[in-house]
Amino acid sequence: MVARSPHAASDPGASPYAPAPYRVLDNHPETGNTVTLTLAPASGEPLPSFLPGQFNMFYAFGIGEAAISISGDPSSKGPLVHTVRAVGRVSQALARLRPGEFAGVRGPYGRAWPLEEAPGKDVVIVAGGLGLAPLRPVLYRLLAERSRYGRIEVIYGARTPADLIYYSELQSWRHRTDVRVQVTVDSADRSWNGDVGVVTQRIPDSRFDPERTLALVCGPEIMMRYVAQSLIARGIAPHAIWLSMERNMKCAIAQCGHCQFGPLFLCRDGPVFPYSQIRGLMSQREA
Amino acid sequence: MSGGMFPAEGVLLDRSRSYRLLREHFPSFVSSLRSHGYTVVGPTVRDGAIVYAEIEGIDDLPIGRTDRQGPGAYRLEHREDAALFGYNAGPRSWKNYLYPAHERLWTARRTPDGFSVESDSTAVPTYAFLGVRSCELAAIRIQDRVFDGKYRDPGYHARRENGLVIAVECGQASAVCFCVSMGTGPGVRKDFDLALTELLSPPPHRFLVRIGSDRGAAVLEGVPLEPATSEDEVAGRQVVDRTAESMGRTLRTDDLHDMLLGRPNHPRWEAIARRCLSCTNCTMVCPTCFCSVTEEVPDLDGAKVERWRRWDSCFTLGFSQMGRTSVRTSGASRYRQWLTHKLASWQDQFETSGCVGCGRCITWCPVGIDLTEEVPALREGSPTEPGG
Repeated sequence: MVARSPHAASDPGASPYAPAPYRVLDNHPETGNTVTLTLAPASGEPLPSFLPGQFNMFYAFGIGEAAISISGDPSSKGPLVHTVRAVGRVSQALARLRPGEFAGVRGPYGRAWPLEEAPGKDVVIVAGGLGLAPLRPVLYRLLAERSRYGRIEVIYGARTPADLIYYSELQSWRHRTDVRVQVTVDSADRSWNGDVGVVTQRIPDSRFDPERTLALVCGPEIMMRYVAQSLIARGIAPHAIWLSMERNMKCAIAQCGHCQFGPLFLCRDGPVFPYSQIRGLMSQREA
Repeated sequence: MSGGMFPAEGVLLDRSRSYRLLREHFPSFVSSLRSHGYTVVGPTVRDGAIVYAEIEGIDDLPIGRTDRQGPGAYRLEHREDAALFGYNAGPRSWKNYLYPAHERLWTARRTPDGFSVESDSTAVPTYAFLGVRSCELAAIRIQDRVFDGKYRDPGYHARRENGLVIAVECGQASAVCFCVSMGTGPGVRKDFDLALTELLSPPPHRFLVRIGSDRGAAVLEGVPLEPATSEDEVAGRQVVDRTAESMGRTLRTDDLHDMLLGRPNHPRWEAIARRCLSCTNCTMVCPTCFCSVTEEVPDLDGAKVERWRRWDSCFTLGFSQMGRTSVRTSGASRYRQWLTHKLASWQDQFETSGCVGCGRCITWCPVGIDLTEEVPALREGSPTEPGG
């Protein structure tokens, strides 16, 4: 999977670190600390195309950059969609951006979800918390070409109902008959009448043919490890289970060294990997 | 040889031959570099060490000086002769010039349409690197790969392509050198513009000069050279052979990749971490370590901002920070990351070891941690149990 060229790459002397200015079109709150921003290139030029699973370096002017996955529709011509959780200095500044203000973008970077392997197969999507953001482009793509795929199972978990992102979209997907969406939370009050528990508990009675299933998983690393083990227990081969990993990233071009994971540069070789490639690295205790 | 000096006006030097440059003519060689527009960077004594810095003439060179090195130890001493290059690798490497420790990447200014970004790779100095050791050439080749690929670092490659490499073969090995084990020295074989070998005995004090490029030949124009004699060439080979033979330190490399990656839970990592201060010295002096962090430097009025890049180290806690925690919180995991990367996963990434055997990490470690001692300790015993 080859990332498309970023804005600045056409001029060989230009810095691969230079962001392009984007105008904020909308800031939509998802949860108490998470927003979805839609943006368009300030130049008026078309949005660079991206593949589901790729990310941008998203820049708050004067504050800094963060690697943020693209969560919009890969077949749409725009706008650019990023869902940002305000946890650090940069993401807090990004989440505060109002329509009409500017941010910087360079990318897209990284290896995409292997959707070229999906036609004819069942697809299981397992997401935890903000992990639904890099998987939403996958759902857009699958649902747009629904007849090319077998069963589609979505299992989405969050800590509480208030932590669920894309809430109204989840509702509309749940009303479809051609995709099964299970939503579960770790804890809830009486107002929640959905499932309570972790995503792995939803895997045993999910409907897919393990011999011909592609599983795409994104969430906290510990959650992904347990999900991968549950999926293997259901008979899916480790090479058919794909995870999107996260590490500190500064450059996104495999030169700053921060995102190294054993021999892998997450920004260039990932962030999406088959579990078979990284299970040994994931089981290595770091702390 | 008493007849004409070479090269005569307009006569091109023969790259297949070697030449002799007498010590007394070395000043004219340095002058020629400067008159050809090069900023000469070479060895000089500063703050009690021999470091690379801009030099104006041969008086800046460490004439008659040398260094005594060991784990956690570096001391300048006087030599009994007047060698110009009679020392080994110091705390700086050519990385300081090709990949500066602190470099501005771009400047952005607010505009009505957001902001405009001006990249910062325009003014590139033209360096002549005088005194590049064989291990250091190997390190430069490694960083050439690191900063190449799909996203080429324009600043690094501009400085590299403009730079003139004047290699000098080592006439001695320090106590921390192990380039023979790493296959990177002490002889200089390729990738130089000029290669010098300092010949101190028998007199006269002179240099054997080999030419590796047309740019190298060009700076020799007007410098009084003679064709090298067969004695000069034999003496040059002997300098390198004696240095190789005197190198006491070794590192077994044939099994490094699988051996190191197969021992993530070896108790030796904890044992090293009890001595390691996580000070980052080893990564700063290493000529191949390339990790960096970016910094945002805004003006007070917020209208202009600069993006800087500075060296970072995998030994800091912040290096692997995600949100409120870090991936590698223990000293053991950070030392393991550094050593397994340098000697093992580097091979997967760049098809070469990340270590060139210069010994800097051994000398400049304040507690003298010596990777040539730690690797055999990690090799001993089962992957998870101490001892035999």
